[in-house]
Amino acid sequence: MNTPTIKEQSTYTENGIIYPSKVMLDLNKLKKVYPTPKGEYVVLEDLNLQIMREEFVTIIGHSGCGKTTMLSMIAGLNPISGGNISVLGNPVKGPGPDRGVIFQSPSLMPWMTALQNVMLGVDQVFSHATKVQRRDIAKYYLHKVGLEGAFHKKAIELSQGMQQRVGIARAFAIKPKVLLLDEPFGMLDSLTRGELQDILIEIWNKEKITAVMITHDVDEAIFLADRVIMMTSGPKAKIGDVLNINFERPRTRKDVLEHPDYYQYRKHLIDFLEH
Amino acid sequence: MKQSLTMQKVTQLIGLGSLKSLSNLFSGKIGKDGVTLMLKKVVAPLASILLFIGLWHSGAKALYNMEADFKIEKALNDQGEKAADEMRACIAAGETGCQPNTLPSPAQVWASYKSLLKDHNAIRADKLAFKEKTAAMNAKRIAEGKDAITYTGRPSFVDQIMTSLKTVFAGFLLALLIAVPIGILIGLSDTLRSSVNWLIQILKPVSPVVWLLLVFMIVKTMTKNSESDSAFIISFISVGLCAMWPTLVNTAMGVASVDKDYINVAKVLKLGAVQKVFKVILPSSLPLIFTGLRITLSVAWMVLIAIELLAQSPGLGSFVWEEFQNGAMDSNSKIIVAMFVIGIIGFLLDRIMLTIQQMVSFNKNEGV
Repeated sequence: MNTPTIKEQSTYTENGIIYPSKVMLDLNKLKKVYPTPKGEYVVLEDLNLQIMREEFVTIIGHSGCGKTTMLSMIAGLNPISGGNISVLGNPVKGPGPDRGVIFQSPSLMPWMTALQNVMLGVDQVFSHATKVQRRDIAKYYLHKVGLEGAFHKKAIELSQGMQQRVGIARAFAIKPKVLLLDEPFGMLDSLTRGELQDILIEIWNKEKITAVMITHDVDEAIFLADRVIMMTSGPKAKIGDVLNINFERPRTRKDVLEHPDYYQYRKHLIDFLEH
Repeated sequence: MKQSLTMQKVTQLIGLGSLKSLSNLFSGKIGKDGVTLMLKKVVAPLASILLFIGLWHSGAKALYNMEADFKIEKALNDQGEKAADEMRACIAAGETGCQPNTLPSPAQVWASYKSLLKDHNAIRADKLAFKEKTAAMNAKRIAEGKDAITYTGRPSFVDQIMTSLKTVFAGFLLALLIAVPIGILIGLSDTLRSSVNWLIQILKPVSPVVWLLLVFMIVKTMTKNSESDSAFIISFISVGLCAMWPTLVNTAMGVASVDKDYINVAKVLKLGAVQKVFKVILPSSLPLIFTGLRITLSVAWMVLIAIELLAQSPGLGSFVWEEFQNGAMDSNSKIIVAMFVIGIIGFLLDRIMLTIQQMVSFNKNEGV
């Protein structure tokens, strides 16, 4: 078992501000239990994971192993049965905009335009800013995801891929501390998926928001991540293996595919999944 | 071209898409499929209307003959051969005194329709004349602080329709103002829903007549000392109470069944309660609320006639009842005219609601 060992730093300084540690997100002995008529069903048990600032982590594992449960617990949408989750040392107690979520389905309000959907979050988080400033923030991120021509299109008129672009813009626009992505491209065709991966990584390279992403796609996991977490199959799922991806950033898809280590990484992941 | 496009949109929107083929017919745009389409959308409905009128005509004629035979036979039995011959001659001559009283034929109904219109025009002219005559006097009376003299003549058929529409809209508005807010509250809270559900389930199937009596009990006492039009108040409140249930149930259902994803988005963004309701929950349940309102309006129109009839308040319902009591030569055909008017207005109201429903619905294919 190759559990990651983190060197605990007592303090971490950035821009002159002293933070308690370099750890952004800390899952400690996390446990999730669902009561069933036949007794308790333990989904996750004794799960420990620390994610650093500006780190992009992808989580891979078989369907039903509890990846999504874990992510929604981090988001605060699903109560914790045991252990704890903290963001910068503050324990998570319910959902909040410091943890932005990109859902598997775009989850846009279909009666709102693309801009209104992004504004919904921006208005909430930057309530102290002026109306013009808030609009500019929303427009900036829509521009970043390549939707500058579709500000005023109703969400329902956009294609699935376009809708998910709005979802990405909405998540980044509220400037969360942690970005949680729950198989955001799982419902898209492979061409659109590639496009959206490029868009996501381009924005991420600029914003460097700590990201945790669930995926089923081995190539996606390698291309986007600094670290790939492999989860064992449930019940009582935990972290089975961790793979550090040492490609330089910013990376392009071409560089990654041509890198001599790429197939090694890929083999490692597939071996784990086929076990 | 642009104009015809907008025309098409309008007809499509009000749910009369079949008119499209008619307009194509007149602009000479009939393609290969045009003929089949025309057969389907124009010829077939026209044929069904003609068939309906034909059946009605022959049915009315058969009933007329049966009734005439009864009359002749009765005269024969009661007063002998001579009276029977006189009756036969009288019926054949078309004299009004001895016509059999039965289902009127389409022609009679059409004639009654025209006479009702003529009557309306006469009354309107009368009213205008009255207004002119009393204008100077009324101005003086108002200056003196007295009430103006108002026209107190008989209302025409069209006036009755207007009264009915006024009552139904007042009732509909009342239903909307009661059912939508309560529906939202019930939809938002599980506890509230389960605690008042029994009441809704019991009250929902109560007959319009009972509502009327209940409202009558309350309003009668409350309006004892006021000069307000209690018949109107009673009927519109009863209409509102009878018709609000579909809106109440649909609103509660719509609010309670908002997509979980939208609720999660609201949670992640930490929207406040008010914002959550107005920005997420209400817009997403609007289509269901409007489906409820559409049913409410058609129920309101349906029970209105019965309630007016019972509450003695003016309108189409009392028109029908008075004509029935009246028993004049053309009473039956006037009742049939009223029946068609009620049906057509009901249809138009439903179309208006459908149009509004489609405008507020984010999924344009819903409803119909």
